[in-house]
Amino acid sequence: MSDIPTKGASPQYFDAAGEGSGLANKRASRRQFIKGVIASGTAISTAGLVFGGLGGCSADSPPVNVGGVERLLSLNVNGQIRRVDVLPQETLAMTIRYKLGLTGTKLGCDRGECGACTILVDGVPTYSCSMLTQSVRGRSITTIEGLEGQDGRLHPVQQAFIDELGPQCGFCTPGQIMSAVALLETNPNPTREQARVALSGNLCRCGAYDNYINGVMAAVGRV
Amino acid sequence: MAYDLIGKNFTPPDVRAKVTGKAKYAEDFRVDGMVFCRLLLSTIPHAKIKRIDVSKALAMEGVLGVLLPEDLVPLEDPLMPPVLTDEPKYIGEPIAAIAAVNETVAEDALEKIEIEYEPLPFVIDPLESLYPGGPAARTEGNVGNRANIELQTLHWTEEDFASVERGSMPKGKPAVEWSAGDLDAGFANAAYVVEETFVTGSNPHHSMEPRTAMAYWQNGKCHVYGSTQSQSMIVLGLAQYLGIEPADVVYVAEYCGGGFGSKATPYPIMAVPGLMSKKIGRPVMMRISRSEEYFLGSARHCLQGSVKLGFNADGRIAAADIYCLQANGPYFGFPDFLNSAQTLGACYSPLATRFRGVPVLTNTPPAGAQRGPGQNQFACILEPIMDRAAEELGLDRLAIRMINAPSDSTLLDARQSPMTSAYLADALQMAAAEFDWDNRKLRSRQRRGSKVTGIGIGSAMHTGGFYGFDGLVRILPDGKLYIHTGVGNLGTYSYAATSRIAAEILKYDWDDCVIVRGDSRKHLPWNSIQAGSNTSYTQSRTNYVAAMDAVAKLKEIAALDLGGAPDDYEIDGRRVFRRSNAAVGLSYGEAAQRAIDLAGKFSGQEGPEDVNALTKLALGGIAGTGLVGVAKDSADVGGMVATFTTGFIEIELDIETGRHEIKDYFAVCDAGTVIHPEVLAAQINSGAVMGFGMACTERAIYDPQNGLPGNTRLIQTRPPSGLDVPPSMTAFGVDKPDPSNPVGVKGMGEPPMGAGASALLSAISDALGGHVFNRTPVTPDMIVNAANGRLQSNGPLSVFTA
Repeated sequence: MSDIPTKGASPQYFDAAGEGSGLANKRASRRQFIKGVIASGTAISTAGLVFGGLGGCSADSPPVNVGGVERLLSLNVNGQIRRVDVLPQETLAMTIRYKLGLTGTKLGCDRGECGACTILVDGVPTYSCSMLTQSVRGRSITTIEGLEGQDGRLHPVQQAFIDELGPQCGFCTPGQIMSAVALLETNPNPTREQARVALSGNLCRCGAYDNYINGVMAAVGRV
Repeated sequence: MAYDLIGKNFTPPDVRAKVTGKAKYAEDFRVDGMVFCRLLLSTIPHAKIKRIDVSKALAMEGVLGVLLPEDLVPLEDPLMPPVLTDEPKYIGEPIAAIAAVNETVAEDALEKIEIEYEPLPFVIDPLESLYPGGPAARTEGNVGNRANIELQTLHWTEEDFASVERGSMPKGKPAVEWSAGDLDAGFANAAYVVEETFVTGSNPHHSMEPRTAMAYWQNGKCHVYGSTQSQSMIVLGLAQYLGIEPADVVYVAEYCGGGFGSKATPYPIMAVPGLMSKKIGRPVMMRISRSEEYFLGSARHCLQGSVKLGFNADGRIAAADIYCLQANGPYFGFPDFLNSAQTLGACYSPLATRFRGVPVLTNTPPAGAQRGPGQNQFACILEPIMDRAAEELGLDRLAIRMINAPSDSTLLDARQSPMTSAYLADALQMAAAEFDWDNRKLRSRQRRGSKVTGIGIGSAMHTGGFYGFDGLVRILPDGKLYIHTGVGNLGTYSYAATSRIAAEILKYDWDDCVIVRGDSRKHLPWNSIQAGSNTSYTQSRTNYVAAMDAVAKLKEIAALDLGGAPDDYEIDGRRVFRRSNAAVGLSYGEAAQRAIDLAGKFSGQEGPEDVNALTKLALGGIAGTGLVGVAKDSADVGGMVATFTTGFIEIELDIETGRHEIKDYFAVCDAGTVIHPEVLAAQINSGAVMGFGMACTERAIYDPQNGLPGNTRLIQTRPPSGLDVPPSMTAFGVDKPDPSNPVGVKGMGEPPMGAGASALLSAISDALGGHVFNRTPVTPDMIVNAANGRLQSNGPLSVFTA
């Protein structure tokens, strides 16, 4: 029985990866996120999901941009440069889902507890609900949509998750897959225990952990 | 019986979209002009709203509209939860909604609403409400439930409460009572009698996808994109909340990010976007936050009660007496309290039973059905007591379960219904063999340092199927089979496995079949809710009768065109042909074209009288497109369909920290014929994982002084992570057919959770030398207290505690 690990709390995973603290330093810490929000002058609402941006949703937005001032950024998402207007307090999950139309990244808690929003930032699994979009300029972002080959060929982890019937309701699946992809890229030959630890920041309420880990192990050697 | 498809693994058609991120859940839909809404939630547990002024909010830039209780269609049943209320009955109950160009503006506008409450008495603890002059959760009464228990007032006498001083459950006048067999004689002649007072915790459903919804109006119809386990069954209730005809609802629920009972039926809050959209003329997205899920997302009912069991010397339960209260929440709730007797009856078949109970209204967020509602709570209480009885009587713990296992003559509930089949004894024997019970039990209570081995057994049951719904299949001129299913998609893939029954009957290759689902515009029949462990049973029946109807029509068309009688024809290889000469026949595609030409019943212009109005609507939509197989599954099944799971577990309990580690878990279910082995095993294992959380970590806390919730985050009532489960798990089915189902299958989703939870609690008690907690969850501090002989911090009757 352990508490829910945060993404930064998987030491075994890093040891296995042999990357040490260099990789860990790339990770977004909760403290950095909160500092960023304070710097932007916006407090986190107790209501959880609050989104001020309009882009992509409303064809007839009012002329005055209520809710904050957006700033144009260039983001590197799934190998493409995407230009997007971003609010100072906007999280990466919201930018990805509402402005870039990449809805495969899910919001389960919006508070860094469940892992449904896991994406890769420079190859490192990251809770995109807890990272400010402004902080990822110049970094390489990979979402679930970026795994599939242009010929429609699935990433080996995706295929293995089908073969082992990983998903049940499927809501946590993209996050589980992103964690698994990151693991296998840094540690191509993990033990089952290492896989469990690597995916332990992704909650699955259906409880399909056994099938997911079977999927990770089935992907070993295919990546 | 040898099948081509049934019993074989296959890849369900919706898995690929789940691993690519293309699966669209409610919050993934976008429409031009879409705006957002947020909810104003009550900040006190029970009050009348004296005044509400939204003028300042409405005047804000970017605010588009407000929805208030006065905008809603009044509900006739006072126990039905409303969409919005002017008499909030729990903290977090929605009072109003505001739509704005974005959520920040909507949230700011909520702050500008002026609201004046007149506080009313409230109650958190069911027993408190039953005291003479005790507080009532509703101005109209303090007792009620959807199980035909009308809103009423009930108080017990001071004398009834005398036992509370001793920490024992008081038993005043019940709201429900039934009995069967000679209870007094059973207890009088018993070799061992045990009576325990118990409390089971409430735990949130924790669906990973919050209950977000989006809606807009087009051509007079309300299009709703929601998160529900079920499909067709949602339309009626949603239409009622929207105040429109079911035919004017377009409902899309292709995927559901977890429901576990909380999204089986329409829930009031899903109507807000549609009602708001009607008012402001814009598409409205309502996102529900994780914190709000603790108010709106449902939870398991908390039970408070006592169980008295009398055992004969051989371990047979001669008499069982249950008294069970439930914290009902302020609305109709779910009859968990009644189901406590059901699980005892089904798993242990007592010779005599009495049940008494009261669903007491409480000012806690509405609780509802959660995976094994009532059955699973009671299994958690029962299994450690059975272990104690075995020890007292000098019996093996497996033996006492075998001697009480249900048989063909076991009767359940007040109605004393027989079961269509009950192979729990087989499941126990198979699991025991796989677990190596005889040897492994010798490890029980072995200690190494602070670690003690615990061995546990837990069984649970649920009803496993319904009947009376409709089936609808189509063969088109392209020769393919289109199976229309309105059951829903909660993630168990049973919608797909049961669709294969139609393919099996019509002798189709699975590659030539298409499942039509997920959107009411696709002409879906009247099907059951996807809940209650029923899909596999119920949908296999509906698909069977629809496929049989299609077979009959194929043969009829062949006879019309090629001569002879329908019985002269046979089907195979997508052809209908003469038995005597296979060369004489029609391909399915040709027969579908002929059905279109012949029209009438062959192509859906005419249908059976007894099918549901929703099915008739679907028929109208597909009439003339191909050969239509449609029928109501009307045959009585002759008893209650019951499904069972039993789990065997080995744990290591650290009695210094109170933490446990699960070393091994084996479970076997009796769900009739296994139609999809891979999914069956996944359901048994993953259900147990949910059970591990229910047993040890998850609980809802409410402050009795102010009614405040103590948990509004996952970490505060933690579901199991991947590190809380054993490294690998083993599961399979008894695979004995149920005689009342055409392919012998029963449902199976709920008992795996109760088996996992109760087996774990049985093992914890075992590691503590047979200590019985009579409470869930069993937390580390309770274990440390028990290991050191200290009193527990919670009283035996305390509810909603940390």
